[in-house]
Amino acid sequence: MRSFEYARPETEGEALELLSEHGGNTAVLAGGTDLMNLLKRDVIQPDRVVDIKNVSSWRGIKRHEDGVLIGANVTLDEINEHAISADYRSLIDVIDGIRAIQITAHGTVAGDLCQLPHCWYFRNGYGLLAMKDGESLVATGDNRYHAILGNSGPAKFVSASRFAPPAIAWDAKVRIVTRRPANVEHVSNVLPANAKKTEHVENVLHEEWLPLEYFFLTPKTNGQGVTVLKPGQVITHLWLPAASDTRSATYEVLELNGLDQPQASAACCLGLDGGIVRHAKIVLGHVAPTPWIAHEAAKWLVGQQLTSDIAETAGRMAVSKATPLSHNDYKVQMAQTAVKRALLKATNQLGEVL
Amino acid sequence: MRDLRDETIPQNGSGVNRRDFLRGSGAAVAVTALATSEQGAVAQDAKKSVRTAEPQDITLNVNGKDHKVKVENRVTLLDTLRDDLNLTGCKDVCDTTNCGACTVLIDGKVTYACTRLAVECVGKKVVTVESLAANDPVVAGFVKHDALQCGFCTPGFVMATKAFCDKNPGATLDQVRKGLGGNICRCGTYVGITACAMELVKKGGK
Repeated sequence: MRSFEYARPETEGEALELLSEHGGNTAVLAGGTDLMNLLKRDVIQPDRVVDIKNVSSWRGIKRHEDGVLIGANVTLDEINEHAISADYRSLIDVIDGIRAIQITAHGTVAGDLCQLPHCWYFRNGYGLLAMKDGESLVATGDNRYHAILGNSGPAKFVSASRFAPPAIAWDAKVRIVTRRPANVEHVSNVLPANAKKTEHVENVLHEEWLPLEYFFLTPKTNGQGVTVLKPGQVITHLWLPAASDTRSATYEVLELNGLDQPQASAACCLGLDGGIVRHAKIVLGHVAPTPWIAHEAAKWLVGQQLTSDIAETAGRMAVSKATPLSHNDYKVQMAQTAVKRALLKATNQLGEVL
Repeated sequence: MRDLRDETIPQNGSGVNRRDFLRGSGAAVAVTALATSEQGAVAQDAKKSVRTAEPQDITLNVNGKDHKVKVENRVTLLDTLRDDLNLTGCKDVCDTTNCGACTVLIDGKVTYACTRLAVECVGKKVVTVESLAANDPVVAGFVKHDALQCGFCTPGFVMATKAFCDKNPGATLDQVRKGLGGNICRCGTYVGITACAMELVKKGGK
């Protein structure tokens, strides 16, 4: 590990200031699950690590009439043990799949959203695009865990986040803040429903509520990242709309029953009326450089009675545009089945088909 | 450098409803905006909490005792425990949050010591396998159920078992297997370990 400065701020303002220095070449430390591995492998070389665990306003789960606010410092155990776990089953499904109490005790959802890809070329120093001498190492090399969708560009890794698919299916939003010079107009364009727009203030804080589905990016060049986060920016909160009667589930295909990244996953949120699907959102994980929203399949589901056959067809539709690489066509079937099983799990029918 | 242990955590962020929260964020904006008139002061406050990259003295509370060590920020808790405090129970095996051999408790929470910086643990209570007496129920249970072979994973497994069983009295076999999924034994002593854990959770965890 290279040397770095370490800071442990206690307020949002202090944290943002600390993150904005050194030209923003700073890293956020919460649970440390991913960050420490990135530092050890020299994949990132921050001048300063900012430990946000003591920022008190980024702690806690708060229920509101129209949703739930989860601070960036909330651990997976805290979510699991909170009353909201009964409503947001698809998030709990992911926590259930993380079979390490050491990680659920410290890991955070915001940290998971900011994980960098686990692509072995990236983790071994070849950059997100894994290029060597102008050639893609992924395209010609061992790509068994790489993308089957959205892989026509130079980026062929898969998005690492396990919570992004269920959170996007819930239409989650993230609060992104950054410190910037005073006297720049404050922009707060996407607020949760009913929230008041923050007035123009001669501020040093830039705040934005961004729908999570717009958070992830597919880099086109080596200088680009995997999220919209710019140097010095940080996720402080996750907002989940009220669950009401929406049912949800995540199905992850894990290679082992232990610590593992899923090979494919699917999350869904369904609104049902007498067994008929009234609204649906399906998001696949670990199949593309970003979480992959299956718009067509979800649209097709509306108005259907959700049976095993219907779920299977939806799965097939979700992966119909897949373009597997040389060693990962097996993932197409996995992703398809993950969609089917997530839909059946959300409607308590999974036990019947397994 | 101030001792981070002595810092009190402001509680003003808790217990607000969402509207207040949003208003609060606005307030935070206003506060920081106000502070721009005395930006020097704000900058200094933030600066005070920065530890430079050079080795510095810190105090770690391990197994109930304060220890002074000189470490760089980049040194993990695992390396500090093993190399500076000679507490070699926690093992450096994978060093990448996969195997669990380095498991310790921090403020009662089960932790991979390989992914914790030593400086992160200032002001917290670290508990390692060395704190357990021979008649500790988990240690005795491991002996009784022959839950080890080469023994290299054992200290980590003991700490994980302790943490899991304390927290999950009455857990089922599936829950035990899942709960201890963050630890790996290459000798394959899982049968003994799960038997030990099952006995402990049946007794109510302790």
